[in-house]
Amino acid sequence: MTNKNQALIFEMSKEGRIGHSLPVLDVEEIPLEEMLSGEFVREEPAELPQVSELQLVRHYTALSRRNHGVDTGFYPLGSCTMKYNPKINEDVARYPGFAHLHPYQPEAQIQGALEMMYELQYSLEAITGMDQVTLQPAAGAHGEWTGLMLIRAYHEANGDTQRTKVIVPDSAHGTNPSSAVVAGFEAVTVRSNEEGLVDLDHLRELAGDDTAALMLTNPNTLGLFERQIVEMASIIHEAGGKLYYDGANSNAILGITRPGDMGFDVVHLNLHKTFTTPHGGGGPGSGPVGVKQDLVPYLPAPIVMKEGDSYRFSYDFPDTIGRVKPYYGNFGINVRAYTYIRTMGPEGLRQVSRQAVLNANYMLRKLQPHFDTPYEQHCKHEFVLSGKRQKKLGVRTLDMAKRLLDFGYHPPTIYFPLNVEECLMIEPTETESKETLDEFCDAMIQIAKEAEENPEIVQEAPHTTVVGRMDETTAARKPVLRYTPEEYASVK
Amino acid sequence: MSEYRYLPMTEQDQQEMLDTIGISQLEDLFDDVPEEVKFKGELDVKPALHETALIKEMQRLAGKNTNIKDYPSFLGAGVYEHYIPSVVNHMLLRSEFFTAYTPYQPEISQGELQGIFEFQTMICELTQMDLANSSMYDGPTALTEAAMMSCGQMKKKEILVSKTVHPEAIEVLKTNAVGQNLTVIEVEDLNGQTDMKDLESKYSDNTACVIVQYPNFFGEIEDLASIEKIAHAEKGLMIVSSNPLSLGMLKAPGAFGADVVVGDAQPFGIPTQLGGPHCGYFAVNKKLMRKVPGRLVGQTVDENGERGFVLTLQAREQHIRRDKATSNICSNQALNALGASIAMSAIGKYGLKEMAYQNMQKAHYASRQLAAAGFKVVTQGSFFNEFVVEFDKEVKEINEKLFAEGVIGGLDLGRFYPGKEKQMLIAVTELRTKEEIDALVSALEGLK
Repeated sequence: MTNKNQALIFEMSKEGRIGHSLPVLDVEEIPLEEMLSGEFVREEPAELPQVSELQLVRHYTALSRRNHGVDTGFYPLGSCTMKYNPKINEDVARYPGFAHLHPYQPEAQIQGALEMMYELQYSLEAITGMDQVTLQPAAGAHGEWTGLMLIRAYHEANGDTQRTKVIVPDSAHGTNPSSAVVAGFEAVTVRSNEEGLVDLDHLRELAGDDTAALMLTNPNTLGLFERQIVEMASIIHEAGGKLYYDGANSNAILGITRPGDMGFDVVHLNLHKTFTTPHGGGGPGSGPVGVKQDLVPYLPAPIVMKEGDSYRFSYDFPDTIGRVKPYYGNFGINVRAYTYIRTMGPEGLRQVSRQAVLNANYMLRKLQPHFDTPYEQHCKHEFVLSGKRQKKLGVRTLDMAKRLLDFGYHPPTIYFPLNVEECLMIEPTETESKETLDEFCDAMIQIAKEAEENPEIVQEAPHTTVVGRMDETTAARKPVLRYTPEEYASVK
Repeated sequence: MSEYRYLPMTEQDQQEMLDTIGISQLEDLFDDVPEEVKFKGELDVKPALHETALIKEMQRLAGKNTNIKDYPSFLGAGVYEHYIPSVVNHMLLRSEFFTAYTPYQPEISQGELQGIFEFQTMICELTQMDLANSSMYDGPTALTEAAMMSCGQMKKKEILVSKTVHPEAIEVLKTNAVGQNLTVIEVEDLNGQTDMKDLESKYSDNTACVIVQYPNFFGEIEDLASIEKIAHAEKGLMIVSSNPLSLGMLKAPGAFGADVVVGDAQPFGIPTQLGGPHCGYFAVNKKLMRKVPGRLVGQTVDENGERGFVLTLQAREQHIRRDKATSNICSNQALNALGASIAMSAIGKYGLKEMAYQNMQKAHYASRQLAAAGFKVVTQGSFFNEFVVEFDKEVKEINEKLFAEGVIGGLDLGRFYPGKEKQMLIAVTELRTKEEIDALVSALEGLK
């Protein structure tokens, strides 16, 4: 990384410079007023930058050097599955036959795209044990909301309009209760027990006539497999509710167990986690949803169907909840995920989960002597540590996270799940070598030691990054959300 | 030997790790998965392909498609083929950007954060709004989020949306409205524009917001000044969905008094990709700042007083507020927002104006040529880069014949509007040459 403060692109702009080469206007022009009446004509052009192509390249190259990605270094961010993003996926998504398709081209012109979508639907159905997958949702939270809308439509069709509650564990991702509310439900929290698993007695108390669904991540966000899943499924199903599988943690279960077999009725997958499509600094992702047969009629249309050797979009879903996204979902991301599935095959996918789980358990056991580990059970693809011990020494989990930056690592997820004090949530993924895991553990152990012997070095971290800790309070109190020349002058 | 290039674990590694854990076999790690739900056998997924065979297979699939770089296309309707400067893809392939997560650790994410801060600024400039978020899934979901936000802010349950808005956006809006028990009321279209009388009659003090598109789905430029008067008559909010490229030429929605401006930045550097991923944008005036869905990047200083950027106003978001959040959305389209920023920077202040001007001139040339050849141009009002032509045959049939001549025709409006099977929405961007436009006209003449 580079230390030099990087100017904003607006600050390097100079009147008259260009960075483009537009086509020529080769048609006969007519006067503007014949096309547009004066009240609609823009007087002042938008102040976009004026830079040369090399200035542009240097600017974005400089920005990239001020950013940490998986390609830069280890990224054990729990629940985010920051695995390697294969280069071939990027190449394939850029083939003109995928990148330059228009959504309103006739089906006959896009048979290859439809075949890919069909095969991806089929593969994801096989992986999750569901009957039908839609590729329409754009991301995980979008998939959650879509799945809940399907459940809502199902209950309403059965006259079960009193099913207004969605049960969510206290360890759940924040999107779960939030998606439930956006889908028109009330989110109800079920407690975890001392083992970090859903408290079955509490679940029994909550389940009833008003239960629409239970949303569950399995393994849960503590990285623990909900061993009592079969019993949980029957509690919910006997109460007349549906089981929703938050697929954020699917990296632990490929070829090991399937949501459909565990009793789940709806599942979403984050292709940008389990299936190697890049996170892109926050998106775009893709969040396909799979359902069991009784929810199929409510799916958003279209779904790709196969007829003989050809493929078509089927809009024949009379009870559909309606579209959740225009066109056909994040096709460009789905191409990458399909490329990955074809790279790994069935046995490769199973190895992914086995090795992801082994890596996590290995790290857990190496770090256990140095940090509090709240749960004894083997973890799955991720695990949590508590910084309780270090907190007593005056070193917070946030400090340790910042100290990791000095070692060139992206820190784990911190302060989540909420039910673990000073939580650090670590997910190594299967694409990291043992050497990397060892080096990271060494850094963690050193930081634990520093907390005892030299806490200031941790408390004042990071020491090596391009900027120090940011003043987030002022950022929120007096928000500066865009560049204006005057405001920059005052900062200077 | 490992069989998989993404999996570095050797047998020796595995053994050492099992020893550290204190178990004899890897299967023991899955003891907690109940036997009855363990998956036995092999997943029904096609076998693995080595890299060379994989490339061949993916090229086969891509090759079965007709792409719009091989044939001149007159399709638009919300997704446009435009000039993409080569630098865009090169910069996006800097893997520090695309292999990063959401920038929660600002010290090692300054590049991404600054890039998004610049994106927010560019969107504010284009729309003439006070602030913009870091992006959303796409234009239609941004429009929907705007409607939801308005209902929350105004504590009202009625959404008025013009029938001249993209039909798939209206569909997405309706799906979302069910979840929130909101009512979507459609305002009639009169000769390709929002029917003002109908808007006025449907507007009331129950109206949370009025949604229009500018230019609208048929390419026409809506009378935002009149719509603004109606939308604000009883404290409703005015939401404008806008193709950002058109704002190189058109007076910005912010200047007409819009409260929220949304749309898709796809025309800037983002390939069509069969409709996704694209890049929704979301801009508002200052009074809605704390209601905005999605991520916001703000400028601040670090402990040494150096300028830097952070995600800010996170108290609105799901990971803090859970069931009380302003939206459930967790991700944005950061990489595409970055791509759009790079494209906007390359195209620049005057390039944008020129590009928008070319779209308008070329579309008007096409419409004049078609009219001169005796075709019925339905569009009467001002339009940007799209217009509607009516034929005496069904568009579906015409498009099949055009394709045989090597041209991808415009959108068959019958797809969305029963009764309009003979109407075609034709988009002409700066990429269409005079020769290609003339070829379209003469091919159509040949079909008469």
